[in-house]
Amino acid sequence: MSNWLILPVLIPLIAGIVALFFPKHVTAQRVWAFITSMILIGVNIFLLTYILSNGIMTLELGGWEAPFGIVFVGDSLATLLTTTTALVALPIIYFSFSTIGVEREKYYYYSFFQFLIAGVSGAFLTGDIFNLFVCFEVLLLASYALIGHGGTKTQLKESFNYVIVNVVSSAFFVIGVAYLYAVTGTLNMAQLSERVSEAGSEPIITVIAILFLIVFGLKGALFPLYFWLPGSYSVPPTAIGAIFAALLTKVGIYSIFRTYSVIFNEETAVTHTILLVLSAVTMIIGVIGAIAYRDVKLILVYNVIVAVGFILFGVASLNSDAFVGAIYYLLHDIVIKAALFLIIGALITAAGTSKLSGMGGMIKHHPLLTWMFFISALALAGIPPLGGFPGKLMLVVGGAEAGHYIVVAVMMVASLLVLYSVIRIFLQGFLGEPMLTHAEQHGSIKAQMPPIVFLVALSAFMGFGAEIMYPFVESAAETLINPRAYVEAVLGGNS
Amino acid sequence: MKYNDIILQTVTKFISFLIFLFAVYIFFNGHQEPGGGFIGGLMTSAALVLLLLAFDMETVRRALPIDYKIMTAIGLVFAVGTGVGSFFFSAPFLSQTFGYFHFPVLGELELTTTLAFDLGVYLVVIGTAMTIIQTIGEDN
Repeated sequence: MSNWLILPVLIPLIAGIVALFFPKHVTAQRVWAFITSMILIGVNIFLLTYILSNGIMTLELGGWEAPFGIVFVGDSLATLLTTTTALVALPIIYFSFSTIGVEREKYYYYSFFQFLIAGVSGAFLTGDIFNLFVCFEVLLLASYALIGHGGTKTQLKESFNYVIVNVVSSAFFVIGVAYLYAVTGTLNMAQLSERVSEAGSEPIITVIAILFLIVFGLKGALFPLYFWLPGSYSVPPTAIGAIFAALLTKVGIYSIFRTYSVIFNEETAVTHTILLVLSAVTMIIGVIGAIAYRDVKLILVYNVIVAVGFILFGVASLNSDAFVGAIYYLLHDIVIKAALFLIIGALITAAGTSKLSGMGGMIKHHPLLTWMFFISALALAGIPPLGGFPGKLMLVVGGAEAGHYIVVAVMMVASLLVLYSVIRIFLQGFLGEPMLTHAEQHGSIKAQMPPIVFLVALSAFMGFGAEIMYPFVESAAETLINPRAYVEAVLGGNS
Repeated sequence: MKYNDIILQTVTKFISFLIFLFAVYIFFNGHQEPGGGFIGGLMTSAALVLLLLAFDMETVRRALPIDYKIMTAIGLVFAVGTGVGSFFFSAPFLSQTFGYFHFPVLGELELTTTLAFDLGVYLVVIGTAMTIIQTIGEDN
């Protein structure tokens, strides 16, 4: 049974490998990618419900016992995230059919996409910090290939920045892991948790914690390490930008969740204060960017950065309400960012430009797209009862409990400005004077609607079905606030 | 550019086989001692690169009509397949096992499932290295 835990990694991996054998058969590639992502969703949902009723599941790879071998740990947080990943991957794959272009599809697009999903799922599930690094490399290698895929000039320019930034941060990651190993003598996260709390308040632990914050901050686009993000997320084709915005920064955030709750949970005075300040500044910087730009893609990209600030504020507050909020917001943000990117992609296809000044009156020819955008915009800003609301509410409650009133205020203002930044697209791009007659539309977006509707429905479910979601999220927050259960599940009697 | 590379070509015809044989030795040696699929694969691709340097790409392609991208994929199938095998024996993913078998000429030998995994690594390394080198080489 415990072997099931590897399936969220194994299914996309096998799917990607098999797709390598018939690169030129585009239809077969599409059908295969679609079927395997459906299977992936099914397996993930099964695992999620199984873990909720039976507790944390572990898999010792190759039969090597923890803490010596590599363990995969399926707790609620990890499986919630892999499930959301699978749920977002399917619509984006469907969206790719009509937008990515046959040339890209022939050059292993779906294989790279699947390898990316495998890396992301692996990063969520692994219980070994070096294996976390390996999973990061898997997903980064796939993302290097995807960001430069097709090789247009701007793509190559931005992918160069992206590769350099990530290679440097990976180097720091290995250095951090080496320090941690030198101090504690282990790489297993559960055992690290024990050893670090035994080491107590040694300053070196704080140094390592900050080193990891830099590494994951770079991956997760935390201020001041977000500079690479706007360029590299806005140049690739929409489907690739959507999967990046939905998942890649989230892996960095998830790693901060894990390391800052399971491992570095003793001396929180320095590290969590830094995290608090950085998350507040990230919100402010992100929202300034979102308002300042007049290019729809860039407006969205800066909204990715705002969300990073919101979510990490929950980690900095360090109480169970804030964690519930952060996890809820994280899950919803994966869905809503994918939805908004796809909508904007469809909008750009129809309008033929990404400049806000060049579009208008889209509601005349694309009413469904317009209302999908409107709902997503409200959900993003956290208007009740839509999907962004429960998460944001709990973040505010948790933040107030921890006494961070100023940051709560910043968050409220930032939320309003986020709403302003997307409603501006709505008013100018979708309402307003029509720029194009029906004949002048640049492309049909009919084939792009099903995935958009699916994602918006998913987001709505997270709002209206908050009652159903809550037990899952609460149990995920429980393992973060009380890592004892995590440690015991992994080490059992061996500690 | 035209130059006389008769010495290089003559030597390469011998040397590349020697390198290849040594690579195979290193590959099998890797189970208990230094060596293995990765380093064996790199040495084999070194032999192939030497061929590419001495002769031109067309000649080598005619002598060895291999699609290296497919080779990579086959290697991945081997590597992942040995992991998946543990599903059928309800052992943890990536578990390995070994046994002793008697062979007609070689006598008793130890065979392990790790060998299949390593063969996968070997193929992936050759496939990837050669794909990269061919792609760079074709550009001029």
